[in-house]
Amino acid sequence: MNDNPESILKQAEAEFASIDDAAELEQAKARYLGKGGAITELLKGLGKLDPDARKTQGAAINRAKEGVEAALTSRREALAALKLERQLAEEALDVTLPGRGQDVGGIHPVTRTLERIQEIFSSIGFSTASGPEIETDFFNFTALNIPEDHPARAMHDTFYVDDAHLLRTHTSPIQIHYMMSHQPPVKIISPGRVYRVDSDATHSPMFHQVEGLWIDEEVNFTHLKGVVADFLQRFFEKDDLKVRFRPSFFPFTEPSAEIDMGCVFCEGEGCRVCSHTGWLEVGGCGMVHPNVLKHVGWDSEKYLGFAFGMGLDRLAMLRYGVNDLRLFFANDLRFLNQFK
Amino acid sequence: MKISENWLRTLVNPELSRDELAHLLTMAGIEVESIEPVAPVFEKVVVAKVLEVEKHPDADRLNVCRVDAGGEPLQIVCGAPNVYAGAVVPCALEGAVLPGITIRKAKVRGIESFGMLCSAKELGIESDVDGLLLLAQDAPVGQSIREYLDLDDNIFELKLTPNRADCLGALGVAREISAMTGAALNFPQAQEVEARCGDSLPVAVDAKSACPLYLGRVIRGVDASKPSPEWMARRLVRSGIRPKNVLVDVTNYVLLEYGQPLHAFDLAKLSGGIRVRFANESEKIGLLNGDERELGTKNLVIADDKGPVALAGIMGGSESAVSSDTSDIFLEAAFFDPVTMAKGRMVNLSSDSSYRFERGVDFGMTEQAMARATQLILECAGGIAGPVTNVAAQLPSRDPIKLRISRICKILGIGFTKEKVLDIFQNLFSAEDFAKSEKERHSRSTGEDNDVLWITPPTYRFDLKIEEDLVEEVARLYGYDNIPGVTPQASMAMLPSYESSRTLSAVRKLIAARGYLEAIGYAFVDASWEEDFCGNLDPILLKNPIASQMSAMRSSLIGGLVDALAFNLNRKQSRVRLFEIGACFSRAAQGYDQKEMLAGLCYGSAQPEQWAQDARWVDFYDVKSDLEALFFPVTPDFEVCSHPALHPGRSAAVILEGRRVGVIGEIHPKWAQKYDLPRAPVLFEVDLDALQIREIPAFSEISKFPPVRRDIAVLVDEKISAMDMLNACKSVLDNAKVELFDLYRGQGVEAGKKSLAFRVTIQDTQKTLLDAEVDVMISQLIEALEKRFDSKLRV
Ligand SMILES: [Zn+2]
Repeated sequence: MNDNPESILKQAEAEFASIDDAAELEQAKARYLGKGGAITELLKGLGKLDPDARKTQGAAINRAKEGVEAALTSRREALAALKLERQLAEEALDVTLPGRGQDVGGIHPVTRTLERIQEIFSSIGFSTASGPEIETDFFNFTALNIPEDHPARAMHDTFYVDDAHLLRTHTSPIQIHYMMSHQPPVKIISPGRVYRVDSDATHSPMFHQVEGLWIDEEVNFTHLKGVVADFLQRFFEKDDLKVRFRPSFFPFTEPSAEIDMGCVFCEGEGCRVCSHTGWLEVGGCGMVHPNVLKHVGWDSEKYLGFAFGMGLDRLAMLRYGVNDLRLFFANDLRFLNQFK
Repeated sequence: MKISENWLRTLVNPELSRDELAHLLTMAGIEVESIEPVAPVFEKVVVAKVLEVEKHPDADRLNVCRVDAGGEPLQIVCGAPNVYAGAVVPCALEGAVLPGITIRKAKVRGIESFGMLCSAKELGIESDVDGLLLLAQDAPVGQSIREYLDLDDNIFELKLTPNRADCLGALGVAREISAMTGAALNFPQAQEVEARCGDSLPVAVDAKSACPLYLGRVIRGVDASKPSPEWMARRLVRSGIRPKNVLVDVTNYVLLEYGQPLHAFDLAKLSGGIRVRFANESEKIGLLNGDERELGTKNLVIADDKGPVALAGIMGGSESAVSSDTSDIFLEAAFFDPVTMAKGRMVNLSSDSSYRFERGVDFGMTEQAMARATQLILECAGGIAGPVTNVAAQLPSRDPIKLRISRICKILGIGFTKEKVLDIFQNLFSAEDFAKSEKERHSRSTGEDNDVLWITPPTYRFDLKIEEDLVEEVARLYGYDNIPGVTPQASMAMLPSYESSRTLSAVRKLIAARGYLEAIGYAFVDASWEEDFCGNLDPILLKNPIASQMSAMRSSLIGGLVDALAFNLNRKQSRVRLFEIGACFSRAAQGYDQKEMLAGLCYGSAQPEQWAQDARWVDFYDVKSDLEALFFPVTPDFEVCSHPALHPGRSAAVILEGRRVGVIGEIHPKWAQKYDLPRAPVLFEVDLDALQIREIPAFSEISKFPPVRRDIAVLVDEKISAMDMLNACKSVLDNAKVELFDLYRGQGVEAGKKSLAFRVTIQDTQKTLLDAEVDVMISQLIEALEKRFDSKLRV
């Protein structure tokens, strides 16, 4: 029997290193440190030695014992690490396989446009108002300073529901409803569906508009120009987008203007979309006509304001490069899937 | 309105290029919609005379011509059948570049040819006329054809707003250009033509307010068979009016020039005098366009002793129309009241005249227009004129309008002085009109008030009525481009924010996140959809739908989604998930109600096809879970219901606090069949406002005591609804959470029964519950279920 602690330690270290199995390692441990193990036996033999030799041998045995224990621990850890590694290797996935579950739908480009417009205008304090789509003649025309037989009515090809009701031809009646139920100042945008008897490649019998209205004591034409230009620049994310006003006519505003913006497709160079003018017509606006304020019982001397209207579908077409208005209402998945 | 640039430049000629002029007009509110050159670019085409024509020796259809094009006679081979010796025609010389062809010296079937005789089509000035363009015999040989035919011209197409009736004539447009640029206006002043015969027709105006001014005169001995002069015909053509006969051409020309419509009657076909009156009920008239119209008392007519001979201001009658045989005419120029004209508007009947009268014709120019037309008729067709009969009543007033400088500044947001504003109106109005306005102003001015101006609009401006109208004129002349855009400064009050209402945008994002794409359908639908999907036999119908399948206002979004499904299935889509948010309409005690709804539709596999699981067809419960997620944390009840669109055994009403807020289910198999759907989609439709309810969370103390969980399974009859049992559980154990976690049919469960397993979680906030206490609660629950549903506990 080997009674040299150092050689026992060497032997243990060699043996432990050769073992790959945790249980086997524990059995090997018993052969050194267990009852009847090599180290244990050496300790038992200590009593037979003289005090000096006992001291020297004792220290040597203890060193060997610590060494065996250290070798054991290190092997245990190595084996555990090996085991974990093996487990990890076994559990590895093909992480490139697609994820599972439901896919995500999408929001219609016109709605998406509307939400952006609401967001931009709410940043300067505009709230959103809505109103009925089946309107009376009063709200759709008369209150907006379009009396019966006014030639401007010919500009609106109106769908009639009965003698007293029609489908609104613009979102402007919402302003009247709102003003009738609120007190100045008002600051709203009013989006919605509108209807006109018109159907061809560039017209749909149903389309969307958004109107803005700001009435207060000190609102003027320069503000209208500032707000409209600012909005278009935010909407198209183009700080240098050119915006111009052209004199025009709407019965419910005076002065009135047509809103043009620099063509976003050709940067004003002229292209098919802008009919080679470099400008795109995006809406109309003006200072609210005093007759409109009178119809809702507001003092047109004290209050003045501006209104503007734009085609939502048109803005969506320009923003996303959609070239056919009819695509918006065909509900073709191949189209809708492009707006997620 | 179309107008030739060259014509316009004879009236006012600012130093502006074509494009600058168009831009100026556009920025003045007279939008130039398009600019069309009269002829394409070409040169080296001249007036030429054909001297001799001989047959080509080797080609039947060709002729060899000797042509005088201003220099040495040229030999030219020509294929046009209408060539003859003596014809004056355009000739393209060697080196000329015409649209699509370059002219070179060439041999045509062996004969040399030194140019080409041209048709209008080859010159690109008319598209549908073949054969040589035959020019007048006196056309100067050798002159450039561009010069001779005035081809260096452009047609401006103007898009006029209804307020600017004054620009419906060349004069008005020229006046506007003059006001904007300061360039002089060279308007042809018509001189009153002396009456050289005494003939006249008696004129009686019954409808004085509808026709406050009527001028008429007889012209005898005209030769209406003569063609109109080239220059006039050319201007008419460039304004889109085909020359007809000289009399009609002159009235059309003056309409284009002055904006004043006129009408010429064949005097021989009128009997007795002229009467301007409203039509009698059911009176009839045959019109120039061939229409036969029955009239009513709103229609203003010009009548003779026998009956109506013209619809006043709209169109003449066919019987009294002038023709090339006419020798004596009665010429009319009048002012008809715009409102009367609008009220008498007839379906599908409008003319250049009625368009102008409805918007307002300058009654200050009517006399001059009459003189101008007379002068042109005498010049072009000969004849002698009688005196003008003038019947006048109260014409529209042009009262001075008060204009405050302070108001201009307030509305426009920029500063103006009184002088600047007066300047603007001086430019805008003619010297005469401005002087009139100034006279009025001085008579009203108190001398002191420096803020107030009085401005009297001219007769041609029907749109200037109130102060704001004048403010617009000031802005327009100042230039919209010169008014800056300013970021407003305003109160910084915050907008309200309502946590208890989920925003529309949040609802949309929620449903989109569950795989639905947003659709937008028309609000008017096929009436049969209303019947099939809503049981609505009396839908709200449009009086003038665009098509029969777009005639009924929808009361539900279901039809539109089903239609969109069919559309997409036809395009080979196999999995469709759509939603729409939109208004639905119903009749109300007064008028109509409108309710915003949200509807969804699912078709195809429950989840997109994927590698990890087998495809499973979407079913009621998949969609129900989507709907529950939309409501969450509100939990609506679902009750068996019947709905016209849905499968009676696979549909439920959605109930919220006792109110029916929607419906969910599989489409009825009969509709799947009718609408060509291979399988039935699952649909839901709910009131949008119900989805927007969102309770504001209220904190409650977190229990320190552990929850106790017990599972029980009971056997019940198939008919018993799971929801009723869950509700019953909750009413027995009000502070417990009860969930259904299993449904089982099959082995071990007799037919007609099902096994439902509930998980009951009980937690007390005050103490730890003892097993014994829980046992009591559970047995109470089991007992209650037994009693109410005749259920048996499964062990
Ligand atoms: Zn462009």
